[in-house]
Amino acid sequence: MVKGHNNIIEVKGLIKRFDRVKAVDGISFTVGDGELFGFLGPNGAGKTTTVRMLTGVLKPTEGTATIQRHDICSEPLQSRAHIAVVPEEANVYLDLSVWQNIMLMADLYGIPRKQRIRKAEELLDSLGFSDRREHKARSLSKGLRQRLMLCAALVTEPEILFLDEPTSGLDVQSRQMIHKIIRQLNSQGLTIFLTTHNMEEAENLCSRVAIINEGKIAAIDIPDRLRTAIEARQYVEVVFSDKRLSTQEVKTMSGVSSVDVAGNVIRAYTETPGKTATEVACLAKSRDIEIEQLCTRKPSLQEVFLYFTNQDKKAAMQ
Amino acid sequence: MTVYVENTNSWQFQTHGALVILKKNILLYYLKPPVLIFGILFPVFFFLAFKMGRPIAAENIVPGMVAMALWFTASSVGPLVTPWERRAKTYERLIATPVSLQAIITGDILSGLLFGVGLSIIPVILGLLLTDAAISSFLPLVSGIILGAVSFSSLGVLLAAPPASSPSNIMLLSNLVRLPLLFVSGIFLPISEMPVWARWVSPLSPLSYAGDLIGVGFGRQAYFPLWLSPLVLMVLSAALMWGSYKFHRRWRSKGL
Repeated sequence: MVKGHNNIIEVKGLIKRFDRVKAVDGISFTVGDGELFGFLGPNGAGKTTTVRMLTGVLKPTEGTATIQRHDICSEPLQSRAHIAVVPEEANVYLDLSVWQNIMLMADLYGIPRKQRIRKAEELLDSLGFSDRREHKARSLSKGLRQRLMLCAALVTEPEILFLDEPTSGLDVQSRQMIHKIIRQLNSQGLTIFLTTHNMEEAENLCSRVAIINEGKIAAIDIPDRLRTAIEARQYVEVVFSDKRLSTQEVKTMSGVSSVDVAGNVIRAYTETPGKTATEVACLAKSRDIEIEQLCTRKPSLQEVFLYFTNQDKKAAMQ
Repeated sequence: MTVYVENTNSWQFQTHGALVILKKNILLYYLKPPVLIFGILFPVFFFLAFKMGRPIAAENIVPGMVAMALWFTASSVGPLVTPWERRAKTYERLIATPVSLQAIITGDILSGLLFGVGLSIIPVILGLLLTDAAISSFLPLVSGIILGAVSFSSLGVLLAAPPASSPSNIMLLSNLVRLPLLFVSGIFLPISEMPVWARWVSPLSPLSYAGDLIGVGFGRQAYFPLWLSPLVLMVLSAALMWGSYKFHRRWRSKGL
């Protein structure tokens, strides 16, 4: 399942309670070396709490997790030495310059002076900061501050980069820039743990995703397989040019579980999209009804997400 | 990738981390308005309010001024750093680094210590230049300033532990502790001349011991035995550091 041969993160039965509330409820998963792992969930699902436990900010109530085989509870300093974090609710030091911000983080990781200067200059060049190195972080836009946080994280040469909602609140250009950087970093071998509630982001970037809901992992797989896994949410979409088949006619076809209609467009949810498409085409031909478009679709990751995070459907599935 | 990860447990790595925190605090917080107001303006105005219109001997003014400057300056950095970082949302990134909480707290204590020692030298120099005061014994003066700065700074860091939405709340809390102690520690009036109730309360304040040592440095009679003051300051510093670590860890484990 995972990209690399080794699991770089291993999580077993992790639980976090805040008083009586279980924010994270016994989650288990692994992340492979070089993987771009997406951690999806609605607001309040437990994504940030999980990241905060893995990065040593919060202590788990129960369960274990290792980062590069270092236990996050018994060897917190060693496990943190392998990671860099760009937390969701975080900021750079506004009264320090771009350069001072980067140097501070490198210095905290004990990166030797010559090496941190070389690495920082490389990063400033590649992230388009070279002409702003002496600027105070206060003068930067939100997108540039986010890029600066990435710079400050990457200067420590981590093996795992935790990105918690890295594009939240950014404009389209900044978001695309961050996406490009994430892809580049992953292609260079960096393992990335990305939490997001943006389906498009997860679909475009992640090699594997876990969906977390109410503190529990609802599903975990590569996005394509997750889409296929919920066969009932595959559908056939038919655009009729003038007249259309009746909802009832389509609904009674074998394998069709439900039908949505919008004007001359019929969407039939089916476990056997190929067969349903053929049946629709044959029936339309026999009635002399013209079809403008006919296609079969797997559900989008957004639909998969909604499916797994919807309690009624989850219960129905069980 | 990184090759510096296996020595993060070593004392050298953590000492380096504490010094980086100190450097960051110097760059960021020494000139912040709350530090300047509560650390510098407060003692100056207190001194003026106390001195104006009163014929007080120089040997009483100078040690009192030095002790008061030390008290306010050394204890003013700690209450600002953590609440400010929490509000500015820089704290989480800091505690996700391989620098331990002890090292972060040590760095914060060192910041207060350095600020306190640095600024309390100013009234020493002014006192020597502008008044008849003279240093009669270096060792009590230096130990009073340094040990006092360690314990005051540790107190400041301890006060910063409770989670607060605004740094001003913590500054208010710190003044609630600092101001009453100022009046029972023999700064404005030697402890031996204070009312009986104040003489009973006085030994509870670290400022009493530091002030006594500084006073001895300027030739005043010691109120506490000379061996006792450094000992109490050391024990108090250790207790306050331990308390700082415990309380910061407690709030941190709650995610606050």
